[in-house]
Amino acid sequence: MTAIPHRSSQGRIGRALVGHGQVLVVLGAIIALFIGVSFVNARFLSPANLTTIFSGNAYIAVAAIGMTMVIITGHIDVSVGALIGVLATVAGTLAVAGWPMWLVWLAPLVIGVAVNAAAGWLVAYAHIPSIVLTLGLLSILKGGLIVVTGGEWITDLPPGFFLAQRDVFGLPLPLVVMTVLTLAAAWWMAHFRFGRTIYAVGSNLEAARAIGISVERTTVGVFALHGLFAGISAVLFATQLTTIQSTVPPNLELVIITACVIGGVSILGGVGTVIGAALATIFFATITSAMIFTNVSAYWLRAVIGGLILITVLADVARRRGQA
Amino acid sequence: MSPTSGRLNLLLSHEAMLAILLAVTLLILSLLSDSFFSTANLLNQVRLTAEIGLITLAMTLVIITGGIDLSVGSIAGLSAIMLGLLWQKAGLPLPLAAVTSLGIAVLAGLGNGVIITRFRVPPLIATLATMAFYRGLAEGFSQSRSVRGYPEGFYILGQGEVLGLPTQVWILIVAAVLVGTALSATAFGRTVFAIGANETAARFSSLPVDRVKLIVYGLSGFMSGLSGLLLVSRVTTTRSDMGMGWELDAITAVVLGGASIFGGRGTVLGSVLALALIQCLKSGLSLAGVKADGTIVLIGLFLIGAVLLGNLMDRIAAR
Repeated sequence: MTAIPHRSSQGRIGRALVGHGQVLVVLGAIIALFIGVSFVNARFLSPANLTTIFSGNAYIAVAAIGMTMVIITGHIDVSVGALIGVLATVAGTLAVAGWPMWLVWLAPLVIGVAVNAAAGWLVAYAHIPSIVLTLGLLSILKGGLIVVTGGEWITDLPPGFFLAQRDVFGLPLPLVVMTVLTLAAAWWMAHFRFGRTIYAVGSNLEAARAIGISVERTTVGVFALHGLFAGISAVLFATQLTTIQSTVPPNLELVIITACVIGGVSILGGVGTVIGAALATIFFATITSAMIFTNVSAYWLRAVIGGLILITVLADVARRRGQA
Repeated sequence: MSPTSGRLNLLLSHEAMLAILLAVTLLILSLLSDSFFSTANLLNQVRLTAEIGLITLAMTLVIITGGIDLSVGSIAGLSAIMLGLLWQKAGLPLPLAAVTSLGIAVLAGLGNGVIITRFRVPPLIATLATMAFYRGLAEGFSQSRSVRGYPEGFYILGQGEVLGLPTQVWILIVAAVLVGTALSATAFGRTVFAIGANETAARFSSLPVDRVKLIVYGLSGFMSGLSGLLLVSRVTTTRSDMGMGWELDAITAVVLGGASIFGGRGTVLGSVLALALIQCLKSGLSLAGVKADGTIVLIGLFLIGAVLLGNLMDRIAAR
């Protein structure tokens, strides 16, 4: 599980190769799918469908940025789907209550940071294993949301609310947000002090401590950042449809975690990039769309995605053994 | 690894704490409501919790080895669907269909074990993937259509009584005694603890690490399959979404029961006590008019609070 005391001592170059190797596998798979399916059904490449694939799932990729950081530090968060559900409902409720729009969009970010900073504090200073803590948090958020809202949908949202339906430079806003945030986060994690610290803590806790990194403060910081991305994700999620269902999107946390892992983030910590996670999100969306366009029964969708995840994980293991 | 006496004391106190908490909860509930503390109601509560209970038993072993199994709910759903399809579509006699679907559940669990031991995929990732895959198979095979109209005799599993007690009570008692004995009094059980405490050391001690892990995940598959069949018999229908979220309920019970999520520590008794406590809370709160969602919130707080308290006690004991 998360606490593996010994880690294989790959060098930095080897680690970088492992991370990027997986990214290339996913990228190759996406391109192959696009070529294959467009032969079967040319409408697959229509602008409307491309928007669905790239923009409709952007909120997952944005949440995956924070999850990538959490997993790289050697932790996990199974409550993020519930948090996104709660924050989307908060945004919708404030919008209906007539708050100024900039506050409506800002509130989920602030609350996301606050909740996850508290979670990070409990993990770092009260030594509660992150999987246990976030399992508990999942129950609290999921149950609490229904207790407070009664499960009622939010429908009469003001017209100015729908941020995710806007365009920037002729491109859907979620697509732009996803791309900018992913690239910025990848650059920041590779070249800035705190970004490098995340890898240091995840790859060797004791060594990180020895060179004077505060592991506890890093953990709280990473969880807080993760909360920020969950907040942004929630705003994109809430504003792309005309209703907010006031429930936790089922299995969202699993989709996000799986995207990170397929994208090359090692669950043992220390390895991975946010670009891989974003590509994996697009990979899932492409598969889903491809199945619709090739008339595969929707009921087999989950089996196909599950099977592909299995194959990707096993291929990754085989490739790493080949390199070792 | 033989647990030190200090740790043993802590374990005992954790279980004692749970037992006291359970007694207090029972007392409060019996004061709040006349109908709660009747034999009939208590037996009915066991009936309702048997499905999660069987999975919790296997999950205890999985977590003690330092692993986790997120696919249990999906395997339960898959075995329920296979039962319905083999009986209705393939025309197998119901007992044969039940045994076959149990066999499929065991294979699904062994599949997890093979991915984890042969390919060295971390259990969290392996079972995350099979959780989607097995659920997908259940949806695909069934095309999300339900199966109903099982013969009367089948309902004895989920609704009937044997020797005056609900069938599930017997199944749960037998399973708990078997798993508890295997864990605490056999070489297999000691290997389970050894793997969780230090897998590398266990391998160097030439313990059959991979074989024991395979058995543990196979057992998890079997218990999940059995739970699926019990649920079908109790609610008289088969649906592909059966067992969704069971993995979280089982993991919560095991962790609340005092097992370490990092492995090497945990008992069947602790898990069973925690399970009973959770079920009492659920039914008690619903008697008090709290809806199921409010109960989920409390269970979440309970889980975090229990671990916080445990850590605190560990720190005091270390002084």
